[in-house]
Amino acid sequence: MIPIAFDYVRPGTIDEAIAAVVAAGEDGKVISGGQSLMPVLRLRLAAPSTLIDVGSIAEMSGVTDAGDHLLIGSNTTHYAVMNDPLVKEHAPLLAQTAATVADPAIRHRGTFGGSLAHADPAGDLPTVALALEATIVAKGPNGTREIEAKDFFVDYFTSALEPDEILVSVKVPKLGKGWTTHYEKFNRTAQAWATVGVAAAVRRDNGTIAEARVALTNMGPSPVRASSVEAALTGADATVDAIAAASANAADGTRPTSDLHASAEFREHLARVLTKRAVVTAAGV
Amino acid sequence: MTETIATTDASPMGRPLRRKEDARLLHGQTNWTENIQLPGTLHMAILRSPMAHAKITHLDISAALERPHVVAAFSAKELGDLNGSVPCVWPVTDDIQMPAFPALAVDKVVHVGDCVAVVLATDKYAAADALDAIEVDYEPLPAVVDMEAAIQPGSPSVHDAADGSHGTNVCYTFPLQPQGPGAYEAAVAAAGDNAVVVKRRFINQRIIAGAMEPRAVVASPMGMSNEMTIWSATQIPHILRVLLALVTGLPENSLRVIAPDVGGGFGGKLQIYREEILAVQIARKLGRPVKWVETRSEDMVATHHGRDQIQQIEIAATKDGKFIGLKVEILANMGAYLQIITPGTPLLGMFMYPGIYKMDVYDFNCIGVFTNTTPTDAVRGAGRPEATFAIERIVDELAVELNMDPMALRKMNWITHEEFPYTTSAGLTYDTGNYEAATAKALDLFGYDALRAEQEQRRASGDPVQLGIGISTFTEMCGLAPSRTLGALKYVAGGWEHCTIRALPTGKIELITGTSPHGQGHETAWSQIASSILGVPVDDIEVVHGDTGRAPYGMDTYGSRSLAVGGQAIKKAAERLVEKARIIAAHQLECSGDDLEFVQGEFRVKGDPAKSQPLAAVAFEAFSAHNLPDGVEPTLQAEATVDPDDFSYPHGTHLCAIEVDTETGKATIRTYVAVDDVGVQVNPLIVEGQVHGGVACGIAQALYESVEYDKDGNLLTASLADYLIPSAVDLPSFTTDRTVTPSTTNSLGTKGVGEAGAIASPPAVINAVVDALRHLGVNDVRMPASPENVWRAIQVAQGGAK
Ligand SMILES: Cc1cc2nc3c(=O)[nH]c(=O)nc-3n(C[C@H](O)[C@H](O)[C@H](O)COP(=O)(O)OP(=O)(O)OC[C@H]3O[C@@H](n4cnc5c(N)ncnc54)[C@H](O)[C@@H]3O)c2cc1C
Repeated sequence: MIPIAFDYVRPGTIDEAIAAVVAAGEDGKVISGGQSLMPVLRLRLAAPSTLIDVGSIAEMSGVTDAGDHLLIGSNTTHYAVMNDPLVKEHAPLLAQTAATVADPAIRHRGTFGGSLAHADPAGDLPTVALALEATIVAKGPNGTREIEAKDFFVDYFTSALEPDEILVSVKVPKLGKGWTTHYEKFNRTAQAWATVGVAAAVRRDNGTIAEARVALTNMGPSPVRASSVEAALTGADATVDAIAAASANAADGTRPTSDLHASAEFREHLARVLTKRAVVTAAGV
Repeated sequence: MTETIATTDASPMGRPLRRKEDARLLHGQTNWTENIQLPGTLHMAILRSPMAHAKITHLDISAALERPHVVAAFSAKELGDLNGSVPCVWPVTDDIQMPAFPALAVDKVVHVGDCVAVVLATDKYAAADALDAIEVDYEPLPAVVDMEAAIQPGSPSVHDAADGSHGTNVCYTFPLQPQGPGAYEAAVAAAGDNAVVVKRRFINQRIIAGAMEPRAVVASPMGMSNEMTIWSATQIPHILRVLLALVTGLPENSLRVIAPDVGGGFGGKLQIYREEILAVQIARKLGRPVKWVETRSEDMVATHHGRDQIQQIEIAATKDGKFIGLKVEILANMGAYLQIITPGTPLLGMFMYPGIYKMDVYDFNCIGVFTNTTPTDAVRGAGRPEATFAIERIVDELAVELNMDPMALRKMNWITHEEFPYTTSAGLTYDTGNYEAATAKALDLFGYDALRAEQEQRRASGDPVQLGIGISTFTEMCGLAPSRTLGALKYVAGGWEHCTIRALPTGKIELITGTSPHGQGHETAWSQIASSILGVPVDDIEVVHGDTGRAPYGMDTYGSRSLAVGGQAIKKAAERLVEKARIIAAHQLECSGDDLEFVQGEFRVKGDPAKSQPLAAVAFEAFSAHNLPDGVEPTLQAEATVDPDDFSYPHGTHLCAIEVDTETGKATIRTYVAVDDVGVQVNPLIVEGQVHGGVACGIAQALYESVEYDKDGNLLTASLADYLIPSAVDLPSFTTDRTVTPSTTNSLGTKGVGEAGAIASPPAVINAVVDALRHLGVNDVRMPASPENVWRAIQVAQGGAK
């Protein structure tokens, strides 16, 4: 790797980190696991003057039970997330999805917060954050602010974080009784990003679907909720046919791009097929 | 004297020994070119063209010289006479168009990644940073990427004609009509109404070699006397030395080329590259070591690519299934320049289109086409995967047309084992083979009938996941070849291989080979061959390779040649060594050489086993020279240079069962059986590794990999995030086995194995994908059979043409 030269600082606390970000100014860049930023540096697509490495800030790591939600530190690695007992119990969708990210080496370094901050339309975890209606906790020189997932992912690789803010933690609501979930990821090789991914969460009421949430990966500049599918599912029979019918709307309102792995048209097709599969699996039909 | 090489129970030949090189490699006790750090080294960074086709209207390197740590910078202008021309050693026809290929572009760039200028600095970061300071203005010219468009009149031309006028993109036209012009058409006409003809257009897409270690070179003018030492991550140190001498004008005897540990090649390092020439020329000019290590991004644009053919293929048979003949017309993409064997690469396949089948007539034509893309050249299989794909795919299509089982059709037309040696319609004589045996074994392992039954059932139930079965009964030609034949094909070099074996005074053996391994396990296998003849333990044999200083003669490693050709040289040298030792031993034991038998590393007097002399003692005697027979010179060594009698023809039967999800287009291999016949196996474990790697490589081409350009010649697959190389997780567990039909033209009975898997597997996989979808009206799926390509094939077949 032959990046452009940069300064490097490694603050030990959140406040030190914010001070470092402010001191570095516009050309500073926060780095946590480095699994998305390092490729960018390697390709010389970014030339930050200072890297502020937040990776060793202990207060930004780990999962705690905060009553109705889990508080997940930004630095918690994919590996830690997927194996955490609290996450497995209260947000199994997140545990399942974190296990599909890249390969073991990357999962041991890449972080939950970094993944959200990176706001890659092909990232799996932003979709899950959206589906679980998570809240992102950010801290900057003006204090702490909370941003709902639906407002956090703004555009391609653009989040609602201000340049001087650090993503500190994520509040992930516990889904509660009756909910079942599934993430259906479609990719071409095991460690490739999702061509399309679908996160589904379903609350069944006997033979019907009482509530459903469906969020899509890589169907636009940011993860999107398939709201017309959700609407069609609400109150629908928990049958394959009913779910298939509802899933026919999955591509409505999406704006997928065409790239080497799939054309926009094929992505729309995949969104329909994968939504059906995700909901069928989540609903246990 | 055959009894001298009679192997005993202790012989390591044929044993699955673990590779003795692995402990060192796995423990990181390695010496890659990048690890070489010489005092005073200058690091070279290369400014590459962002344009596929453009005039350079302004180029000024001077600002780069002002950057920190920069020592020098060059464009073609500053380099002047030292800007050597990259050679092509295979001008396949007399009228081939061979454009100038300067190491640094002069006035014009012709592909993205073309070398424009270089910077040399005392560290690699400073060198890369200073590239920004070079001023270049390009005047874009229209680029041509598509081969069919490139040969139309009026297409933009990649190179001007020699007189400066608008050029043609036809590099050469090469016909092969062993039965004469028009023979194919005449044979089809003669069959009249009884002839069935199937035509297809196949695209064998462009792929990369993708070695784990990118290329690297260090050129040091600090050798002894006038020596220039060049370390290069190359497959061909010997050939590189000759060519560097020819290109640079430096005396060959002052050049030493070392291929240290080399991390894979797959053909991509069978090359003389402009970076190697630049490193040598600049080291010479500046009098300092010059080092260049390729980045992965550079590897994508600047290491040669492989394949890239458009094939029009036509097969004719009688209604009852007997093949009449085959007609093949290919467009082969050369890329923008001719590298070492660019024009010859597609022709390495021209003899192989008839595959294992008997037919009366064969008609082949290849047009080499220039485009504004990275040059192509040999990549694992080089020409034969393309040929094998075409024949094995079209035989399946013919079977459908004739309403026959594809295996039955093959059996009806293949050369039977009693018919060897057999001269094919392409004019090659296959020495041996047993297609029946390999196929029987493969079918047995595969469970053909049960899979067909399941396929029926899935079709009947309309399962969204359909099952397909694909067959590839392949053969290939490797181990190039009698030098005479290569000469007749206008290939500049020969096909021999060399070995020197030294029995050292301490009893250790030094085996010096001209092959140059880069992952194949030669150190182990070569030791096994020598051990079986010399009776010395495998671990007492040190294999010396990849250094023209220590192993001066050789033709290196590519084309599955190392064992097939080099192995014979080892055998011959070892036998010669035994014969020289026998003379000394007989003198010591006061008997005639004929009275001695050589068993387990010692000479024993026949009938008097108490009287014996181990080889080590003979070696010491040859060293001390106190008591040698008259006329015998001191030292115990022997050498042999073997020019093979013929090509090597491995074959096999590969069967693939694949599940195709018709909703998403995703194809997942369920069972893959590979039964290969590579003749005698020196080390079955190494053979197994080669088969696995080869099959993985071919499956990768069939399902995942493809180099893609946009219409302006920009490389879209410029990183490994876009160019998909599958890993072990993506591949099935292979079921492999072998049949052993020894080669009769090879003194060890061996054949090549390195490329076989990559040659065999793509048609097995694609035949399976098509078979899974046949009932939906699909009769072809483009490689790679990605989900979208499969889905589109279904859409088109179902009439919803997209
Ligand atoms: C080969 C490969 C395959 C991958 N496959 C997948 C996949 O299938 N699915 C998937 O979801 N991801 C995938 N990833 C991405 C991976 O999940 C990364 O770990 C993740 O996107 C970024 O996390 P990180 O901690 O490494 O962030 P970094 O690389 O350190 O940073 C990424 C971005 O986030 C910013 N950032 C990081 N932390 C903070 C913070 N605390 N506050 C503010 N800004 C911050 C950085 O400034 C940078 O812009 C893959 C990566 C690779 C290399």
